[in-house]
Amino acid sequence: MWVISGFGGYFPDMKSQSVIIGLLMVAPACGSPAPGTLEINLFNAPQQHLRDIADRCTKRAGGRYRIVVNLLPRDANGQREQLVRRLAAADTGLDVLGLDVTWTAELAEAGWIREWTGADADRARAGTLVKPLETATWRGRLYAAPYTTNVQLLWYRSDLLATPPATWEQMMSAARRLAAERKPAYGEVTGAQYEGMMVWFNSLVASAGGAILTPAGGLSLGPPALRALQVMWAYATSPAADPALPNTREDDARLAVEAGRAAFEVNWPYVYASMAANRPEMLPYFRWAPYPGITGPGRSPLGGVNFAISRYSKHPREAYEAALCLRDPESQKIAATRDGLPPTLQAVYSAPGMAKVYPMRQAILDALETAAPRPATPVYQNLSTVVGAVLSPPADINPPKTLATLRRQIGDALRSRGVLP
Amino acid sequence: MNRLALWLCAPATVVMLAVTGWPILYSVLLSLRRADLRFPQDQEWIGLANYATVLSSPYWWTAFTVTLLITVVSVTIELVLGMAVALVMYRTVTGRGMVRTLVLIPYGIVTVAAAYGWKYAFTPGTGWLTGHAAPLTDPAGAIAIIILAEVWKTTPFMALLLLTGLALVPEELLRAASVDGATRWERFTRVTLPLMRPAILVALLFRTLDAFRIFDNIYVLTGGAQRTSSVSIIAYHNLIGGLNLGIGSTMSVLILVSVALLAALYVRVLPR
Repeated sequence: MWVISGFGGYFPDMKSQSVIIGLLMVAPACGSPAPGTLEINLFNAPQQHLRDIADRCTKRAGGRYRIVVNLLPRDANGQREQLVRRLAAADTGLDVLGLDVTWTAELAEAGWIREWTGADADRARAGTLVKPLETATWRGRLYAAPYTTNVQLLWYRSDLLATPPATWEQMMSAARRLAAERKPAYGEVTGAQYEGMMVWFNSLVASAGGAILTPAGGLSLGPPALRALQVMWAYATSPAADPALPNTREDDARLAVEAGRAAFEVNWPYVYASMAANRPEMLPYFRWAPYPGITGPGRSPLGGVNFAISRYSKHPREAYEAALCLRDPESQKIAATRDGLPPTLQAVYSAPGMAKVYPMRQAILDALETAAPRPATPVYQNLSTVVGAVLSPPADINPPKTLATLRRQIGDALRSRGVLP
Repeated sequence: MNRLALWLCAPATVVMLAVTGWPILYSVLLSLRRADLRFPQDQEWIGLANYATVLSSPYWWTAFTVTLLITVVSVTIELVLGMAVALVMYRTVTGRGMVRTLVLIPYGIVTVAAAYGWKYAFTPGTGWLTGHAAPLTDPAGAIAIIILAEVWKTTPFMALLLLTGLALVPEELLRAASVDGATRWERFTRVTLPLMRPAILVALLFRTLDAFRIFDNIYVLTGGAQRTSSVSIIAYHNLIGGLNLGIGSTMSVLILVSVALLAALYVRVLPR
């Protein structure tokens, strides 16, 4: 309706108006198997070959339904915003939702996504890696089927660093040495005031042996959190820190290494494919190593996407089926080999063709063993906002004082009290 | 006759009430409730507790101060620049249409697109307005850039409003003043400005109310990071990001009250 009223003013005569409306109505129907087929609406972040995956599943549905791909914004906050606004309005136009791993608790608690039970749940669990499966679970119930997963690794230039640093301390000393030799010295990390800050902080706290929340969902943030803050502050004020650190997101980190400004970065594996495309001459000495730790081995951030079924879907049966097809081994293989998204099904890692695109697949599987999921809580968004605001810019962290502020504000956030910055 | 007039006005009034009155009333009602969409089972009336929370939050007052700062500084600069541009537009003899069109270009560009332009211009390494410095990462630099983007965009609007005021100043008065020996500056301050007072006040009113609700430039340039949230940004973060309808509506009501106070202030000094 809004289209008609919105354009009506510019096209006063009925003839051109009806032409436009006709065009608008025809456009989305292009390429459909048959008019009137049931549509299952998938909402997901932009992914280049998602449409191929959806078309494959439409074909497999044998004309019972067809999957329509609806693209959400590129950034996680924008995606969540669009989903929750529609869900809060009980929009029946959503069926399958591609959820970031951190949203499960929030959407489940609000009653916006359906529980997976019986045969569907069994199929979603079969062969799925443990850590991704945990991110789809809330209070012991399964709320989504893991589609892709992700871990950060340390990516470094072997022409500058003979051995990769294993701890944040070693990263700083490596940078100090490189800076003294007047070589690119920066080690990129996501220090901007956004989700990436939470990702960094959470992994450091976990690497120090602690957690932000207790398993029951209460406030934890003990001595390991203090250790994490000390490391963040030390790093942000060391020669390893890019002056743009307080504004660095994943893409900025990737570009800084590709541009030759930085010697290493902690980032998701997509940087490998990007390096191959943008700077093929640098690829031979662009290497990976486990996520750095504090004293022992580090615990990598855990990302990924899970498929959930909207509470307001009018065709849940078909939606579950579509979701299962969209994350079956064949679909995950397309996502992995063509879009660089690590699979959640263990078996796909040894599929043919994976070795070429995923030379680092063993490192990913190893990191997945110990990866640190971000806290599971319905108020995750508040937690993340508070962490981003309190720790930004990282060079201004004053460990004991910042920890006290964090404890107070996260405590408020857990009770959904207080104001978000 | 009178009754007929009322009936004729009724449909418009009902529509206005439905599309503006009800949402405002609904916000006020929400602001008196604990209404967090993540906890649908814990909704309750809590009186003025949300107002106490917001008004005792340092984040709110930081945002309020930042908003006032941006409003005062940007509107002041816009007024001075806008006046200069208006005089140029008014006095230009040749290519008047061309000058007016050129001046209006920034106002015609979508704010978000322009904001991205400024953002990339100030991105270290690639931006044409910065070397390796990252001015958007510290509060002072970020606010300066936000003000710059605002001024660049809305000065033409200010100039246009002032131009209509300039047209109201009778040429004979200026000529008479000049015969009496008034200098250029004296003619401007003693004749033009007083006669333009209503136009200036209207322009200031428009721009102040607009500037106080600044959202898109900040949303793109910093997203509210580095303590650069305006009141609208922080309300948006709580309402849409945090899904806290109670706190978010409280902030919206407070913004409405602030804007109403500003408007009342201007209306008081406006000549009738």
